[in-house]
Amino acid sequence: MMPKALPEYDGKLTCSKLSKKYEEGKYALKDVSFSIPAQGIFALIGRNGAGKTTLVRILSTQLMPTSGTVSIDGMDVVTQARELREMIACVPQEARAIGWLTARQSITAYLMWRGFTGKEARKRTAEAARKLGITKYLDKQNRLLSGGTKRKVLVAMVMASEASILFLDEPTTGLDPISRDELWNTLRELKKDHFIFLTTHYLEEAERLADKIGILEDGQLKALGTLDDLRSKVKYPYSIKILSEFRIAKPKNGEVIRGVDGHLQIVTTEQEANKLSRKLIDKKVRFSMNPMTLDDIFYFIVRKPIDDEDYDNEEERD
Amino acid sequence: MTMKRNGISQLYASILVNAIFAMVNYPIVLISTILAPFSLLIVITFVSHGTLLPVAIAGALVMTMISAGTSMQQDLSHLKNDFKLQDMIVSSPATAMIYLIGMALSEIVYSIPALVVLLILAAIYVHATLIGAIVMFFVITIMFIFAVSLGFVLSTLTSDVVQSWAFGGIVSTILSALPPVYYPITYIPMPWQYLAYLSPATYAAEIMQNTVGLTNFSSTTILIDWIVIIAVAAVMVYVAVKKAKWRED
Repeated sequence: MMPKALPEYDGKLTCSKLSKKYEEGKYALKDVSFSIPAQGIFALIGRNGAGKTTLVRILSTQLMPTSGTVSIDGMDVVTQARELREMIACVPQEARAIGWLTARQSITAYLMWRGFTGKEARKRTAEAARKLGITKYLDKQNRLLSGGTKRKVLVAMVMASEASILFLDEPTTGLDPISRDELWNTLRELKKDHFIFLTTHYLEEAERLADKIGILEDGQLKALGTLDDLRSKVKYPYSIKILSEFRIAKPKNGEVIRGVDGHLQIVTTEQEANKLSRKLIDKKVRFSMNPMTLDDIFYFIVRKPIDDEDYDNEEERD
Repeated sequence: MTMKRNGISQLYASILVNAIFAMVNYPIVLISTILAPFSLLIVITFVSHGTLLPVAIAGALVMTMISAGTSMQQDLSHLKNDFKLQDMIVSSPATAMIYLIGMALSEIVYSIPALVVLLILAAIYVHATLIGAIVMFFVITIMFIFAVSLGFVLSTLTSDVVQSWAFGGIVSTILSALPPVYYPITYIPMPWQYLAYLSPATYAAEIMQNTVGLTNFSSTTILIDWIVIIAVAAVMVYVAVKKAKWRED
């Protein structure tokens, strides 16, 4: 009999031709393949329904894939789930702190479920609360806490654990800007000794936190890399957003895309952007012009085809 | 390196969350759980002018344990669907079995106030021998194992609290309304008695009523009753262990 192969501990998260097809026949993920170092913060961005949560649920051993393989640090998420669960923790997208418990009870119980003794769990609870700045809320029932503090309680649960890999599915959804900023600071601290896989549809969050970013659209990975890598995928450095009704000709050096808000957007060179902006001023068209942000890159990568009639207007062409 | 995990802590976490913390934070829960088994017991006792009090107490013991088990279905569904707790537990070193046993124990702890009152009443009004008491203990334990296993399976199949309520209603009808737990099966006219035998609780009730001396079933009937409740519990435990969806497909 062949000895059982030992895990390679390769320090990577690797998906190979990963697909998930639901009963109704719809693919939530289709042939997703990528490999990233399991360190720092990886942000997966995508619109609602892009497949982010499905991917997180497969990676965190909650959901079986339909086909393909996934391994984290050399361990297969399907066949070695038990070993993997020793080192992961997850805050699901719609997780809520249980209302009838206090914050302290929630965190301590979660740690005890992971196998800590009551004494150790209480110690870790206090420590995590101190780091997250929620010590004064520890003995309040969760139902009385603000939305931001409730999310922090959930983050404290996984943060206080021994898990070295954290899956956070849209951890800042619904938070006010100050609470979000505080949570970002916590995540920056956490990434020093954890690998954090987070999903978000706040592009600013990915831009400010992530070491690597993946863009998921319709169950397919459209782009992967550092912010600079993603920027390099778009050869044009400037973006002009047309804010009023105006038929624009396709520039010689650039492309016209439709932003998620429905406005036409031209991505182009600096020279072309200057020229176009002068023209728009002359025609009294409302617009904004800025260097490409992650938002622009995202819209560019997941853009939908624009009907020719929207911009292919010879009268407007130079 | 793998951390050494404390299995007792893992079990205790469920008891804390689902029973002790709930009682500590909301003491009204204690009153509710004490009162729960008494509604039918009081009605049956008054209607029978006290003659059915011993069997009603034995029935209340059975129903308390069955209710404890079936309550687990709604508790687990609530924790799973409304708080996503089960997803967090799945992505952790806690196993389905640890979670199931811990939650089952939490339901017993939750029922302790009612059980204490019922056991005091049983000591006063039910004149059972030591062997009779042991028989009753095994019957209610088997019914509890059956009910928690059923509750766990159903909770893993639900994706919404509305589904959970629907399952709860069906299970409650089959396990509580159909079987003659608080009175003898002979009180049910034919052919409705056959309907009562669709519920495992009926077989448990026959053993209990025989034990307290209310009825005198043949040893063959009692043997069949034991076989049925043990088999049903074993099948449900098997389904809970093998078929419940801990990790979703």
